[in-house]
Amino acid sequence: MNSLATNLRVVRALGMRSIRQTFRRPQLMAPIIVFPTLLLAIQTGGAGSAINLPGFPPVQSFLQFMLAGAMMQSLMLAGNSGGIALAVDIEMGFTDRLFAAPISRFTIVLGRLAGTAALGLFAALWFLAIGLIFGAEIESGVPGALIAIALVTTCALAVGGIGAAIALRTGSASVVQGLFPLVLVVLFISTAFFPQDLMIEPAKTIAEYNPLSFVVDGIRDPMISGISGSETLDAVLAIAGIAALGLVLSARALRHRVRTG
Amino acid sequence: MEASATTAGAGAATALPTWRANAATIGALISRAKNELLRVPGAAIPGVLAPTIFFLGLNGVFGALTHLQGFTTGNYESFIVPVSMLQGAGFTGAAAGVNLARDIEQGWLDRLLVSPAPRWVLLAGTVLAASARALIPATFVFGMALALGAGWPGIDGLLVTYSMVAAMAAVAACWGSMLALHFKSQSAAPLMQAGTMALILTTTAYAPLALLQGWLQDIAWINPVTQVVDAARQGFVGGVTWAGTWPGIVALLGMLTFLGALALREMRRTAV
Repeated sequence: MNSLATNLRVVRALGMRSIRQTFRRPQLMAPIIVFPTLLLAIQTGGAGSAINLPGFPPVQSFLQFMLAGAMMQSLMLAGNSGGIALAVDIEMGFTDRLFAAPISRFTIVLGRLAGTAALGLFAALWFLAIGLIFGAEIESGVPGALIAIALVTTCALAVGGIGAAIALRTGSASVVQGLFPLVLVVLFISTAFFPQDLMIEPAKTIAEYNPLSFVVDGIRDPMISGISGSETLDAVLAIAGIAALGLVLSARALRHRVRTG
Repeated sequence: MEASATTAGAGAATALPTWRANAATIGALISRAKNELLRVPGAAIPGVLAPTIFFLGLNGVFGALTHLQGFTTGNYESFIVPVSMLQGAGFTGAAAGVNLARDIEQGWLDRLLVSPAPRWVLLAGTVLAASARALIPATFVFGMALALGAGWPGIDGLLVTYSMVAAMAAVAACWGSMLALHFKSQSAAPLMQAGTMALILTTTAYAPLALLQGWLQDIAWINPVTQVVDAARQGFVGGVTWAGTWPGIVALLGMLTFLGALALREMRRTAV
């Protein structure tokens, strides 16, 4: 068997393990699905009248607008949970055993990221289903839904890279868990929950340059209007940037981990 | 024989009345919680950080809601700050449950259970410690809100808000303790946090009742925490009145009685 096939098998096995781990432990699943769903329901019910504000983009309902934000929150937390699980593996010595195995070290990280991407896919499907059940329409139909799913899945992979880098560098689950509030901060200063034009300063200005705003707008666009090439391209470029950052940081952290043990 | 009589006599002479022994035990448990905080100050950070992030985030994101017709104030900082203070209380109460679950996992609670202290005293120590601890995030969020332009609620408004915060932390601690005693594992932490979060946010947290969507309006109407939020908010958006305060007190007493009884039931079921 060639080495590529072996590496792919390792990535698949570790990815499956990562998914099973998340579904078996409620403390890992809750942040990915329960909290974003709860927040989606509460924000939709609590701030739903916002669609009557002058300057709010034309939408069918606030739920339709908020779906992209909920997916974004879920994928960010999936990345964070993936980092926590990797750090737990390091603390328990499981990663050391993998390092000693005759496999590429990158497959260890890629396996975890594959699991995170699968959770991102699950989150996208979950929130699309919630939206459809509660009456939100996907304006651009199946192609738009597929674009949203693809963006959420790849962004989960990209964000997971940063979580993995922090886990590899620190080797501490509590440190990675400590980033949980930071995820919320980054989301609040993006367009995840409200249109940028209606936000209050300084959040408004920060949201304009926050890469997550580009991603969330790319996910939202096919849902509330139609597929726009420029919005999708911006989202793809932002995801590529986050992925590149995650890749560089993970590579450096992996080298550090192998060197220091 | 003589020695044992002497020991018994000394024991009788130093024995405390039951109520004083109970108060001393509650005081010791509160001191233990305080010591935890002093020795590991970092442990208080998540409890302070979460409501602060929610306050800043909600204010930055939903601040424009005050432009809607029917909104009761033009200042969203003032509208949302009592909610964030109550959220801090909710997180602190849930953390008390997580700490109790940790004590169960590590066997510390077993040692308390074999002591002569009644079960309700052990529960009261945990709950009152959470009440006191909730004042830290509340004060931090309140200070930040004032710095960002929230209105001064007046001494009476502040007293009502802080009382509601302390009592809400006790309610959340009863909820967290009940789950900790039932599941006996820190894995129940998300349930403790999600429960308090849902209870506090399915109220008039984001907007006045008239502006909520139909289903949330119905839930907020029956959710007793709505009365608590409205009572805690009075000083920030208008004046404090008895008519605006007593429903909050009644709601808190009801929730404390109900959840306290459930937590005590779980405590009594916990065998050594």
